[in-house]
Amino acid sequence: MTTTLPAYDEVVARYEPVIGLETHVELGTNTKMFCGCPTDFGGEPNTRVCPVCLGLPGSLPVANKAAIEATIRIGLALNCSIATWCRFARKNYFYPDMPKNFQISQYDEPLCVDGYLDVEVNGETVRIGIERVHLEEDTGKTLHVGGATGRIHGATESLVDYNRAGIPLVEIVTKPIPGTAALAPEVARAYVTELRDVIRSLGVSDVRMEEGSLRCDVNTSLNLPGQEWGTRTETKNVNSLRSVERAVRSEMLRQAAVLDAGGRITQETRHFHEDTGDTTPGRSKETATDYRYFPEPDLVPLAPDPAWVAELKAALPELPRLHRRRLQQAWGLSDADMQSVLNAGAVELIEATVAAGATPAAARKWWLGELSRRANESGVELADIGATPAQVAELQGLVDAGKLNDKLARTVLEGVVAGEGSPTEIMTNRRLEVVSDTGALTAAVDEAIAANPAIADKVRSGKVAAAGALVGAVMKTTRGQADAQTVRTLILERLGVSA
Amino acid sequence: MTDVTAMTATQIAGLVATGAASAVEVTQAHLDRIAAVDGRVNAFLHVDTDGALAAARDIDARRAAGEELGPLAGVPVAVKDVLTTKGVPTTVGSKILEGWRPPYDSTIVERLRAAGTVMLGKTNMDEFAMGSSTEYSAYGPSRNPWDTDRIPGGSGGGSAAALAAYEAPLAIGSDTGGSIRQPGAVTGTVGAKPTYGGTSRYGLVAFSSSLDTPGPCARTVLDAALLHAAIGGHDPRDSTSIPAPVPDVVAAAKLGATGDLSGVRLGIVTEFGGEGAEPGVTAAFNEAVDTLTKLGAEIVEISCPHFRYALPAYYLIAPSECSSNLARFDGVRFGLRTGDDGNRSLEEVMSLTREAGFGPEVKRRIMLGTYALSSGYYDAYYGQAQKVRTLITRDFTAAFERVDALISPTTPFVAFPLGARTSDPYQMYLADLFTIPSNLYGGPGISVPCGLSDGLPVGLQVMAPTLADDRMYRVAAALESAVGTFTPPAL
Repeated sequence: MTTTLPAYDEVVARYEPVIGLETHVELGTNTKMFCGCPTDFGGEPNTRVCPVCLGLPGSLPVANKAAIEATIRIGLALNCSIATWCRFARKNYFYPDMPKNFQISQYDEPLCVDGYLDVEVNGETVRIGIERVHLEEDTGKTLHVGGATGRIHGATESLVDYNRAGIPLVEIVTKPIPGTAALAPEVARAYVTELRDVIRSLGVSDVRMEEGSLRCDVNTSLNLPGQEWGTRTETKNVNSLRSVERAVRSEMLRQAAVLDAGGRITQETRHFHEDTGDTTPGRSKETATDYRYFPEPDLVPLAPDPAWVAELKAALPELPRLHRRRLQQAWGLSDADMQSVLNAGAVELIEATVAAGATPAAARKWWLGELSRRANESGVELADIGATPAQVAELQGLVDAGKLNDKLARTVLEGVVAGEGSPTEIMTNRRLEVVSDTGALTAAVDEAIAANPAIADKVRSGKVAAAGALVGAVMKTTRGQADAQTVRTLILERLGVSA
Repeated sequence: MTDVTAMTATQIAGLVATGAASAVEVTQAHLDRIAAVDGRVNAFLHVDTDGALAAARDIDARRAAGEELGPLAGVPVAVKDVLTTKGVPTTVGSKILEGWRPPYDSTIVERLRAAGTVMLGKTNMDEFAMGSSTEYSAYGPSRNPWDTDRIPGGSGGGSAAALAAYEAPLAIGSDTGGSIRQPGAVTGTVGAKPTYGGTSRYGLVAFSSSLDTPGPCARTVLDAALLHAAIGGHDPRDSTSIPAPVPDVVAAAKLGATGDLSGVRLGIVTEFGGEGAEPGVTAAFNEAVDTLTKLGAEIVEISCPHFRYALPAYYLIAPSECSSNLARFDGVRFGLRTGDDGNRSLEEVMSLTREAGFGPEVKRRIMLGTYALSSGYYDAYYGQAQKVRTLITRDFTAAFERVDALISPTTPFVAFPLGARTSDPYQMYLADLFTIPSNLYGGPGISVPCGLSDGLPVGLQVMAPTLADDRMYRVAAALESAVGTFTPPAL
């Protein structure tokens, strides 16, 4: 179906969006949720498995305490109430990547309920309600071979890798988020970003969307102002922060087109496509499986000791939002400046650079300037650019000590990014150090004066500004390694003019 | 040397310990007996001749090296085919697992090995432990050594028949609704269901997780107690395993064997009277009650009003759990795969595999359970059954404030002829009428032979509070000391 999509501005003028987000986070525990198998990413298929995570007959699950602790900490960081008694439940459905044909999850008795997360969008704080945070096991991965789409339909063979089966997975579900109007896509993105930062600050997951340790499903619906909320769709395969924003926007546009044409929205799962930025229908909820949930009889109920929960709460790290506010003050940044630091993904990098000895201004200058530019050019995340905060601090140290000028420092940084070593090593190896030996400089100055008698005369006659050309000549002969200010002073001295 | 197959486990262990017989000799004698009679009994699905002799040689070598061995070292044991055995076929009596050799040992089997027992092989059972006669085994029924035209009980009929046929002195069973106790009763042997969580379920192929309990089977109460002590106790791999020591069941069996029950109060459940048991069973039970009185026990009648709902509640809870537990048998990772001809979809292959691999009773229970757990029916069926379970537990708790243990006939009828109850599932389900309540409650129960009815054994059940397994052994041993053991006619 090809439909002309309406303009976004028109859509938000006519309809009110309601969004909701379901996020899955793979915990970074050493072992799986219900057995002792390791959880590291990668590994040959089906090598990190045992009778339990393969669901062999007779095997039994034993809950991983570290995963329960991590889930409670996430719940606490999201201002949830922690259940004093709850159970795991079986979610029954047949699918080959699920070894037991049921998933151990939680149903009507989640570990954490009723919290919130404050996020900032355009300087405004939006409070996102958290419905629940629960713990479950991940499934294996199916690879469909022989079909055109890589999906099960049309495939000639399906291969299953159970290495991921049984890795602890935390599901975080928001309450419906109405009232965000045109900002809905940005709010969705800001929420997932903030959630990622919160979870990363807890140290319980590496929350990398590209590796699938953070996965997001986006629910979207539209309604006319004053009317009941519309039918929602659930968009899956949203694998980056940018995609979260695009998926909401795309689904708003698609739904508006359907509604504008007098159609109805089908409650369904849709797949987001990174390449085209739009969604296509997946499994229809009309034929939805009855999961036949019931309490998992192989596990005893969870009853976290309130005293333990209180201890975990007291030991929570400063949450990213508060942490950022503190940094903004310490660095003396305006809201707008802080926002640009955030947008660049440079908060932690600048913080670490300052910790390594640079001033906040210098650290910000490097990360937002030269390094951001290079990251954009090569299409990598700033954190993956190849320069560490310690190297940036070292570089700035060399500038402060007068050993490098700005231009030389950029050259050195280029070497750092290329992996040539530390700034000091690169400066030495490439012989980039500022020439501060006055003897050598004086010779270069004399040479420049001798080579440019006309300009020298101008300067002598009081046109001090003309000295710039002589400075340039000296800089050229010293390959930029002289300090321009020192050169200028020397020239004026030699020509008997006071600066 | 007298025939070791006629001896108790205690006697055999004594022979091996003193060097009067080697474990290899004992094992070979039992293997010979199996070879001689199992064609008529069909107690075994798999006889592990090489594994058994190797284990026996190991025991003999350790004894020769002066190693201190446990009280059951060198004693052969038959294991119900519901427990995984590393490298040894484990079918659960089902076609769907035909040929499957598990890559791991169940905890019970590990502990049997650690105790120095010698595993002879795997015994027949109703498919997935669903049944009371072994007639639902995919590999043909076992037969009762008392009368080979009759059933040996179920689901653990193979283990009980092996004992009664003197093919093994010890056996392991599993009891979800009576699968250890009812076969014990109809074969004149002893079968004990420990407290739920008192024996590990790790490696027990699940039927109904909240009810399944592995336990000991033997020809004497003391042997059963020794086996119970060897396999019981906390297992960190089973979350529902109780972190408490095994009650001293061996001491209790020895105490009971003195024949003194003075000071012991036993309750007879009012609701089990009346319509329940056939006359011959009732008569043998009443006689046993008189015997217990003579041994000094005080008998009181106790009403447990919710026991009448036990059977219906059980037939909602057990099928519900089984519908989920058995979902993994889909042909993808292990066992049977049917219809994978390259043209059929995954869903079709799963479906054909389950259609071909499961027998009628298993399918019936999967259907029942799937229905009971369905959205919209959950509260009315599964939820309601769980409430009944709570009420039954309260009945037990209240009863045990007044008495030390409850007694009843183990099963309402003696061994019935093969085929007599297969056409009507309800008639089959009635076999577990008296045993199901303690499964729902989680407390221990034991069946001990108490007499004969028309030449067929009758069992008496003793039910005790959770974690008071020792009490039932004391009462059972006392009764045994008075009525003796029962030997079937020669095969």
